[in-house]
Amino acid sequence: MNFANLFKIAGRALLRNKTRALLTMLGIIIGIASVIAMVSLGQSSQRSINDQISTMGTNLINVMRASQRQGGVNIGSGNVQTLTVKDAEAMLKSPYISMVSPLVNASDQAVYGANNWPASMQGGSPQLLDIRKMEIASGTNFTEQDVANSAKVAVIGETIVENLFPGEDPVGKIIRFGKIPFRVIGVLAPKGQNQMGQDQDDVIIAPYTTVQKRILAINYVHMIMASAASEEVANLAQVDVEEILRKQHKIKPGQEDDFRVRTQQEMLETMESISGFLTVLLAAIASISLIVGGIGIMNIMYVTVTERTREIGLRMSIGARNRDILLQFLFESTILSLIGGVIGILIGLGLSYLASSALNWPYVVSTTAVSLSFIVCAATGIFFGWYPARKAASLDPINALRYE
Amino acid sequence: MEAILSVRKLRRDFHVGSEVVHALRGVTFDVLPGEFVSVMGTSGSGKSTLLNILGCLDQPTSGEYFIDGTLVSQMSKDELSTIRNRKIGFIFQSYNLLARTSALENVELPLLYNNTVSSSERRRRAKLALEQVGLADRMGHMPNQLSGGQQQRVAIARSLVNDPVILLADEATGNLDTRTSYEIMSLFQQLNRDGKTIAFVTHEPDIAIFTGRTIMLRDGNVIKDEPVETQSARQALEDLPVSEDY
Repeated sequence: MNFANLFKIAGRALLRNKTRALLTMLGIIIGIASVIAMVSLGQSSQRSINDQISTMGTNLINVMRASQRQGGVNIGSGNVQTLTVKDAEAMLKSPYISMVSPLVNASDQAVYGANNWPASMQGGSPQLLDIRKMEIASGTNFTEQDVANSAKVAVIGETIVENLFPGEDPVGKIIRFGKIPFRVIGVLAPKGQNQMGQDQDDVIIAPYTTVQKRILAINYVHMIMASAASEEVANLAQVDVEEILRKQHKIKPGQEDDFRVRTQQEMLETMESISGFLTVLLAAIASISLIVGGIGIMNIMYVTVTERTREIGLRMSIGARNRDILLQFLFESTILSLIGGVIGILIGLGLSYLASSALNWPYVVSTTAVSLSFIVCAATGIFFGWYPARKAASLDPINALRYE
Repeated sequence: MEAILSVRKLRRDFHVGSEVVHALRGVTFDVLPGEFVSVMGTSGSGKSTLLNILGCLDQPTSGEYFIDGTLVSQMSKDELSTIRNRKIGFIFQSYNLLARTSALENVELPLLYNNTVSSSERRRRAKLALEQVGLADRMGHMPNQLSGGQQQRVAIARSLVNDPVILLADEATGNLDTRTSYEIMSLFQQLNRDGKTIAFVTHEPDIAIFTGRTIMLRDGNVIKDEPVETQSARQALEDLPVSEDY
């Protein structure tokens, strides 16, 4: 028995019942399409997170307040007031740190003329814009002088411009943030959303001294942002910063830090592990439909064997060996699942293309997912076709011929 | 002359529960090349069992069976399949054509299980076989587009396509009306005249008269094995009253 003939026999048998063949394939098509779409989308989202984080600068280092215990009670990090401007200045002692900015946040209503908008103000040093890879679109940044004077000047983002100054040039105008008037001296170039979906243009940036003294009346800072000299030394910079701050805060060896140092690299890894987990989860759910599709093939093949008992008897009587019958039915199920698989892969790729372009994610074709699903298809056909094929091959030709 | 079929003391027992049924109790006969033999008997006489063994679908409990000089009663299943493919042509009462498959592809079927035949050779031989049974103009028709007689002709073409040493027909006219039966028998007589050896199982005496020799079975034994005064099926066809045409 050569395989060309077997292929012809199995192909003709399938073509005799096109509708059924198509319906049988449908299970596999849906299964493979969903696996491909899910894995591709998962990888697209991972890629898009990656891209966004890299645009923020992978040498970004954040120092945050850690939660603290007072007498065994965890009081969280909100009331921790240990980070100071001095800490920020001390960090510059590390050779791996190129820029540092303290960060203080305040929220209030911003008002200009008849327009108002709930805004958050971030107080920083003039380097804050460079650290966060933000650019001035028009006007100027504030200066060290402004910091020293606690000047009431501000640089505002695109979203603030849209809401407070529709159709107007904001540079030089006075806005009110809460009760304090600020002069707008610059407008930031739009950055869009960050990886968490936050609008990075909905921001007012002012000297940190202004925010500390005039708005919040505090002398600590909420956060310190720094830039490592390069991406390569980001980890060394992290170690240095930890050492410096432990000294600054007089933390004894063995004692817990009252701050946390995060590099963008770490953020990236965390985000990737989350989306990687989601991808696996989605793929696992999708592969359940693949199994259901496989069982569909088995079910139809099983019914087919019973329905075609006389045909099997006839084939045996004209010289088909048991092995020929076995292979014919295995071929039929494998052809079904492979064609279904190819259609499923195409549909899956199409779906993930549509979805990723709708979500504005980069389109990723996962070659692993495609080749893996192809193998899974062939395996499904053989695995789920085996039992019915065995049943067909083990028929007794005499009984099969007389089967009604 | 060497026999095409030769059975010697063929026995076949079936175990049904604790009982043993003796379907064949020592059957012996030869079929010579060019013979047209009818095997007759009532139901339960063992003729189906005999046909299964002659067709290499079943093995005897004891005794010897030679086809074309080779002993097949000891062969394995796969070897039997090859014998069926190369040396035997089956014709069934219910035609057993593949549905939704053209006459030509139905006839090609046995050759698909024969590696030594190329696809162009397969097509050529299938066409030839269909021409032989008078269906040259029906090659692309599906079975449901053909009458019963035509379907049986396709089945006969299928049995001829591998150039077997013997045709085994199992009640081949059982589903057909008198006129069509005579037409089919006339075709068999024609094939026989061209040199085909045919064994024809039937329970109808008026069909057996078109063959050259009758082997009568009863309770697993041959009770009669004698030549028949052969009638011409073509003559019988002409003698049919016109009213049979409806």
